[in-house]
Amino acid sequence: MSLARPARSAQSLLRTASKISTQATTSSLPRSYATVASDIFKPTKYGGKYTVTLIPGDGIGAEVSEAVKTIFKADNVPIEWEQIDVTGVESGEKPTEDLFQQSIASLKRNKLGLKGILHTPIERSGHQSFNVAMRQELDAYASVVLIKNIPGLKTRHDGVDMCIIRENTEGEYSGLEHQSVPGVVESLKIITRTKAERIAKFACAFAIANNRKKVTAIHKANIMKLADGLFRNSVKKIAEDYPTLEYNDMIVDNASMQAVSRPQQFDVMVMPNLYGGILTNIAAALVGGPGVVPGCNMGRDVAIFEPGARHVGLDIKGKDQANPTALLLSATMLLRHLGLDDHANRISKAVYAVIADGKVRTRDMGGQATTHEFTRALLDKMEADL
Amino acid sequence: MITPRVFSSSTRQCLRKACQQPRWTPASYKIRGYATVTKEEDKVATFKGSKGSDGKFTVSLIEGDGIGPEIAQSVKDIYSAADVPIMWEPIDVTPTLKEGRTVIPDESIASIKKNFIALKGPLATPVGKGHVSLNLTLRRTFNLFANVRPCKSIAGYKTPYDNVDTVLIRENTEGEYSGIEHVVVDGVVQSIKLITREASERVLRYAFQYAQDIGKNKVRVVHKATIMKMSDGLFLSTARDVAKDFPNIEFDAELLDNACLRITTDPAPYADKVLVMPNLYGDILSDMCAGLIGGLGLTPSGNIGDECSIFEAVHGSAPDIAGKALANPTALLLSSIMMLRHMGLNKEAERVESAIFKTLAEGKALTGDLGGKAKTHEYAQAIIDNLK
Repeated sequence: MSLARPARSAQSLLRTASKISTQATTSSLPRSYATVASDIFKPTKYGGKYTVTLIPGDGIGAEVSEAVKTIFKADNVPIEWEQIDVTGVESGEKPTEDLFQQSIASLKRNKLGLKGILHTPIERSGHQSFNVAMRQELDAYASVVLIKNIPGLKTRHDGVDMCIIRENTEGEYSGLEHQSVPGVVESLKIITRTKAERIAKFACAFAIANNRKKVTAIHKANIMKLADGLFRNSVKKIAEDYPTLEYNDMIVDNASMQAVSRPQQFDVMVMPNLYGGILTNIAAALVGGPGVVPGCNMGRDVAIFEPGARHVGLDIKGKDQANPTALLLSATMLLRHLGLDDHANRISKAVYAVIADGKVRTRDMGGQATTHEFTRALLDKMEADL
Repeated sequence: MITPRVFSSSTRQCLRKACQQPRWTPASYKIRGYATVTKEEDKVATFKGSKGSDGKFTVSLIEGDGIGPEIAQSVKDIYSAADVPIMWEPIDVTPTLKEGRTVIPDESIASIKKNFIALKGPLATPVGKGHVSLNLTLRRTFNLFANVRPCKSIAGYKTPYDNVDTVLIRENTEGEYSGIEHVVVDGVVQSIKLITREASERVLRYAFQYAQDIGKNKVRVVHKATIMKMSDGLFLSTARDVAKDFPNIEFDAELLDNACLRITTDPAPYADKVLVMPNLYGDILSDMCAGLIGGLGLTPSGNIGDECSIFEAVHGSAPDIAGKALANPTALLLSSIMMLRHMGLNKEAERVESAIFKTLAEGKALTGDLGGKAKTHEYAQAIIDNLK
């Protein structure tokens, strides 16, 4: 009897101990991952200037980043570009991998980047998308895409103002795939509680910081009960800590249907990786296409600003047709991130004014102007407003 | 850092389990050599039913829950007025739990197996322990591998898009909805997307056939093979192989992101194409296309299997308006039209369909969801009047 008792109590002690330790880990988790508030910091200035990594990207990247550079120069923005021409297009040679490593190193050093989209070839196996690899390497876990009607640019829907926050580092883009036997392939979607909670915190904090009212979690938990169930429950739990925010969730197919019929109902949406890709593109189409939607990828240490809808635009490369608005607005987000609001306001005001004017527009906005003419019009506008 | 090796043993187990389940074995499917012309008997999922002694086809009818019986009545009325050679055989699919698995009554299964075809109203999945969704149960029982979802703008119902005419075919048995997932450790879940060449080839072959049958001469695969190089890559390469069998159909592929963007921007260029894609993408895009034309109340759907096919309305059972004669039977009607075409009753399909579209375009007898005041039976009567 006396022998049995201590054994049992020892066991129960152990049990409580392990219970406490799991509680401890869950409560300490949020601390190990940063939220928006601590994400925003200022990189050091050298000689009165910030150094920012510029990755023009493939396709239209070179043209639109030229436009950004021209406008930043004209406005005397205190930014020094560190340009790295990494490319995902197969060229036959081998320097791409080196350039990619260089760009990672540069981003780690500068903590800030402005980036076009890199092409991902389908054929080359074993080559992960540079875009995805970059986000994973730098742990830029939160993609923020701002979808809003641009005044004067008529589309099929009015009054759209939503913000899509997408988990960037796991889910369907885990890159874990294998062929069990020939003709049978498994692709793994990974959802973890830590990352789901991290993105949920980001979304809620973002909503509060930007005066948004509602957070909607997008999932497919009716089918993927465990994976998306975990995601939905994590977001729900985190949202309880933000009582001023309205929270709801929606199944991804319904959300897509609602997005094209009644997009006005959405405010901040938070979702796993793949659904983000789908909904971002649907939403971008509502307000005028990939040429006008800005975005950024936030990590704990770095912030990379890139067009929200992530289209390479290889088909119009070098034709001087590209719309630099998306990259320009992303760049103004970068300026606001640095606290350079004056510059940001001047540039974005000029962009909106020129588009609202309607005289000089690129093709995707229903005009005939070239990228150069559009940039010229922006410069004139900024000069006129001085 | 997560490495694939950590998971390999458990994944294998999952796969083994999956293989044991009969739904992964295609019933009467065999891989054929490449032929240039598809002969009628070579076709995937042809309708095998035949007319009874009274010169009519028998069709199993699942009326469904909520508004189901009302809208099914409209279909019956219209069909008898139009003299469509169909006899309805009502069946009940109320699920029961047998040895822990959700099953539907044996006599219902026998009815569908005998008739090879069924029309189904909306079903409410019973909320309770252990019940798999009925749709999933039906899909598994009859191995319905392809889901066909056409969306066409309805004259008379205004949405921001007025030139929609898309056809979407979705792989229905595997992909992201394989149902294989597990908790690796607490807080880490792994969900498996399964793509097999067999299932892909079957749905792709059906897509090409369907394109041929409805007179669209382009098939486009929607994929995300830039990221999922092996799984979507397999789907894509299978599509390239199948395309060689259909030299008169143009084949191309588009990235999922581009497809979402382009359809939402302007659906018109998709009017001459049949889109075919894995399960999840199909689920999302088909509902999105439905959104373009005004919701699920106006879109038909067909589930195609090797032996049997089930045509259904994909909207909910709307228990709140059940029995009030407020329901809109259009989705079920259009699904039944798809069914007629599947059975080869093209003339009848044409006749009823034009009466439906005429009634909707006139806009005199529309149901409440379309902004009208008509009761379900008044709307049906208007269609019957337009049959002449």
